[in-house]
Amino acid sequence: MPRIVVDVMPKPEILDPQGKAIVGALPRLGFDAFAGVRQGKRFELTVEGEITEAILEQARNAAETLLSNPVIEDVVNVEVVAD
Amino acid sequence: MSSELPLIGDYSPATGAALSGARIGVVTFPGTLDDRDAARAVRLAGAEPVSLWHADESLQDVDAVILPGGFSYGDYLRAGAIARFAPMMSKIVDAAKSDARLPVLGICNGFQILTESHLLPGSMIKNDHLKFICRDQVLRVENNNTAWTTQYAAGQEISIVLKNQDGQYIADEKTLDALEAEGRVAFRYVGWNPNGSRRDIAGITNEAGNVVGLMPHPEHAVEAGYGPDHTGTDGLGMFASVLTTLVGGTK
Amino acid sequence: MTQQFNIDTVEHAATTPDTELPWAELGLKQNEFEEIVKVLGRRPTAAELAMYSVMWSEHCSYKSSKNHLRQFGEKVTEEMKKDMLVGIGENAGVTNLGDGWAVTFKIESHNSPSFVEPYQGAATGIGGIVRDIISMGARPVAVMDPLRFGAIDHPDTARVMHGAVAGIGGYGNSLGLPNIGGEMVFDSVYQGNPLVNALAVGVMRHEDIRLANASGKGNKVVLFGARTGGDGIGGASVLASESFDDTKPSKRPAVQVGDPFAEKVLIECCLELFKGSLVEGIQDLGAAGISCATSELASNGDGGMQVELTSVLLRDPTLTPGEILMSESQERMMAVVSPENVEAFEAVMEKWAVEYSWLGEVTDTGRLIITWNGETIVDVDPRTVAHEGPVYDRPYARPEWQDALQADTFRASEAGAGLPATGEELKAAVLELMASPNMCDKSWITNQYDRYVGGNTALSAPDDAGVIRVDEETGLGVALSTDANGRYAYLDPYTGAQLALAEAYRNVATSGAVPMAVSDCLNFGSPEDPDVMWQLAEAIRGLSDACMELGVPVTGGNVSLYNQTGSTPIHPSPVVAVLGKFDDVARRTPSGWRNDADGQAIYLLGTTRDELDGSEFANIRGHLGGLPPKLDLAAENTLGAILINASRDGMIDAAHDLSEGGLAAALSEMALRYGVGARVALDDLCERDGVDAFTALFSESQARAVVAVPRSEEVRFNDMATARQYPVVRLGVVDTETSALEVQGLFELDLAELREAHEATLPKYF
Repeated sequence: MPRIVVDVMPKPEILDPQGKAIVGALPRLGFDAFAGVRQGKRFELTVEGEITEAILEQARNAAETLLSNPVIEDVVNVEVVAD
Repeated sequence: MSSELPLIGDYSPATGAALSGARIGVVTFPGTLDDRDAARAVRLAGAEPVSLWHADESLQDVDAVILPGGFSYGDYLRAGAIARFAPMMSKIVDAAKSDARLPVLGICNGFQILTESHLLPGSMIKNDHLKFICRDQVLRVENNNTAWTTQYAAGQEISIVLKNQDGQYIADEKTLDALEAEGRVAFRYVGWNPNGSRRDIAGITNEAGNVVGLMPHPEHAVEAGYGPDHTGTDGLGMFASVLTTLVGGTK
Repeated sequence: MTQQFNIDTVEHAATTPDTELPWAELGLKQNEFEEIVKVLGRRPTAAELAMYSVMWSEHCSYKSSKNHLRQFGEKVTEEMKKDMLVGIGENAGVTNLGDGWAVTFKIESHNSPSFVEPYQGAATGIGGIVRDIISMGARPVAVMDPLRFGAIDHPDTARVMHGAVAGIGGYGNSLGLPNIGGEMVFDSVYQGNPLVNALAVGVMRHEDIRLANASGKGNKVVLFGARTGGDGIGGASVLASESFDDTKPSKRPAVQVGDPFAEKVLIECCLELFKGSLVEGIQDLGAAGISCATSELASNGDGGMQVELTSVLLRDPTLTPGEILMSESQERMMAVVSPENVEAFEAVMEKWAVEYSWLGEVTDTGRLIITWNGETIVDVDPRTVAHEGPVYDRPYARPEWQDALQADTFRASEAGAGLPATGEELKAAVLELMASPNMCDKSWITNQYDRYVGGNTALSAPDDAGVIRVDEETGLGVALSTDANGRYAYLDPYTGAQLALAEAYRNVATSGAVPMAVSDCLNFGSPEDPDVMWQLAEAIRGLSDACMELGVPVTGGNVSLYNQTGSTPIHPSPVVAVLGKFDDVARRTPSGWRNDADGQAIYLLGTTRDELDGSEFANIRGHLGGLPPKLDLAAENTLGAILINASRDGMIDAAHDLSEGGLAAALSEMALRYGVGARVALDDLCERDGVDAFTALFSESQARAVVAVPRSEEVRFNDMATARQYPVVRLGVVDTETSALEVQGLFELDLAELREAHEATLPKYF
């Protein structure tokens, strides 16, 4: 079944405490190449049948109204992923 | 009052109305934890708690509503993000915005639900230190003109319980400046900021002053022996305040 | 639901006796497999093999400890039984509180999972014990967590610490259960085998007590809660062989993953079921999942049970029948519902949006029959699965090294040379003690737990016991304490186990409650090691003897074995939880004096002897040898009575018992509790008991407590102690003017300095 992937990230100006903790932990494990980490969320919405433009539009709206909180998050990606 | 342990969502007293005649709704969502405590606080303040089930649509003519603390829907997606769409919430939002200006108090998860519902601005994210923290917290009452703070003196310092994992209040600078300028910061953390909240904000109010949200828990500081330091009852003032507000005929 | 398995039916099994079965991979021994064949009269089917393998495991069957555990049920007097409403053998014991109220509590372990995946291991440990409490018909009201991890400065300890504390908090807080206490012990013996024990307590009215039995032919069996997935199956996925087909995927998670929201909803759901009397019997699903629930419900009942396994709602459609039977997916319950109540039952499920499926019904055949699409894959006498598993008389003998260990006393050792003697040296030693890992401030942990939810927490850590109000009108309440000392138990397991009981008993009495019942969690190494088996046998013998002498019965408990890395076991760690009762929790005694206690007299009850072996002081100096402090249960009984009466009659305003760290720790903790100082002198104590100042401060003699007595009560208090012929000596007074703990003639320990040292330790490492 085809899926629509929605990626949500904290807004750039938001200090992301989880990302901060992760970037602090990476070097301790030997991964010293990274200057920053931000943690977001990925949603996979499955659709039975074909994904039409109308369905994609629903996904975008859902992303804005439920899957993300516009005060602190941005929807950075909405895309179809073939199975 | 029966000595049977009431179930969550069922603590309306069987016998008669309470002293003041005021009826205060306490909403229960799946995962709500502090509704019984909120009901106890209402009773101790002298009013009658009325349980409101999230899926119902009737406010049962209550005079005010409390959205208590807990982990509604497990804090899935985001704290309060799912609860805000409950049928009961749409009724509450309407009543809060109407001319009747239903007084609404959002405590902790309740505050989160209020921001998700856009009745209050801003949002809560994870505590800056990433851990759940439970401590006796000193707050300063910055605005004693809201429906829920009239019993406090302006600038009064009170000690109530803070306990949460996602209590860091944030909003953009424009919103924060507006809140300050309009005197809409209701409570501020005194001393060490326990979660990174912007401008040390612990609680805010809407423009009309009938909707107040705060992260700390006044309902845990209402009974001597069970509050902060096993003595504190500073939280009772919030519940007493709304009774005064209601008696003042603003309903 | 279509599965493509070659189902190994009973019929098929009966005709293929020579089929090779993976009993060894499933953890069964040859003799155990042969016993199963004998019991069934044929080879087991793959599904039956799965059931027996999990139910006959050490964790579920107690096969190595059963013979010894009998003592808890045998060494019981009529007097001890009078308040026991439900004893050992059910999910949790139930004690009568009076006034129509009953309390149920139990302590359990979730050790190995917490090493593998600290967050989920600890979280599901809480989930499991809470479900045991719900299944008795109670509303859970509090949890506690005794923790034992490796050396504080070892990097892996931080991994376990962060995860476990976050997991306990994450799960317990989300259930709305206050965490009212626990323990935190750091010792390198637990490095590869951390101990995460969890206690839950619940309350109910007498008529709400439910038991786990299925009776009443025709009553329906229902599984509700979370869906069943592959949790906890781990390496036993070798059951792929039941399809005799190598192409199945065999990776299954070994760790159970918890969902506290699901459990919170389950709690409310169950309480509504109980209120409406909608279930005849109920069982929670923990270790061995459906295998356990079905076999226990059936064997505790009076008939048999018939279950269609394809009715189980699955999260993972690829699970084989054997895997479904072994799954340890969390947040599931099984109940027996009479046909008239089915509709009402379903209404409650709908209200809380809890999934459920009707699996079958109670029969009168005396057999547990499980079918898969109508074909019988399990046909057993449920008692052989749940109760008549193998019982082993493991050989045990006092270790050869025990004598040498006991002869190696602290005083005679190198570590015991050059003990602090001057005031400055003693002060430095007290600071070092209070900053040491086992004595330091535990706020880093307890601040991650909600202690307020419910509004009924009258006392919680760092007070001596956790106290919960049960009845808001009368003040009826309960007190709980969990205690253990692996060092004492290592030196002498018999006495060490008794000392754990003594400490928990004393803690409950110190808070002002009357001790009533005991639950124990016995954490030991491998029972196949005769040294360890001796430790276990001795500990059980000691604990059961002590329970009888103190008159407090064990109402339930848990055994966790195989806690060892290679051939090195942990110290024997019998954790004892004592439950006490308050007629009115308003009378509870806090563990420190407040600002309004100026001038109150500080008394020490009990005798101080030279007992440093196994002490925290010796621990700091790296020594473990000799004999643990002398046990005197008669004295503990008298001390308890004094503390309870003094509390009830308002003779004392504060009380703290002495245990690890002795008097130095007790006085420090009392002063730090509310930041109020005191002026004391040790001279009278030293003279009366014939000990020097060092011994007075650091000895860990038992049956002692420090109390603060208002001036107006001093005469009454002294009279009471004298009447009971209990040694009591006045140490000094509470002094709100001084900002120190002043020990006359020796040192002045500034409270700010003490607090800083005390509170700096955990944040430094974690």
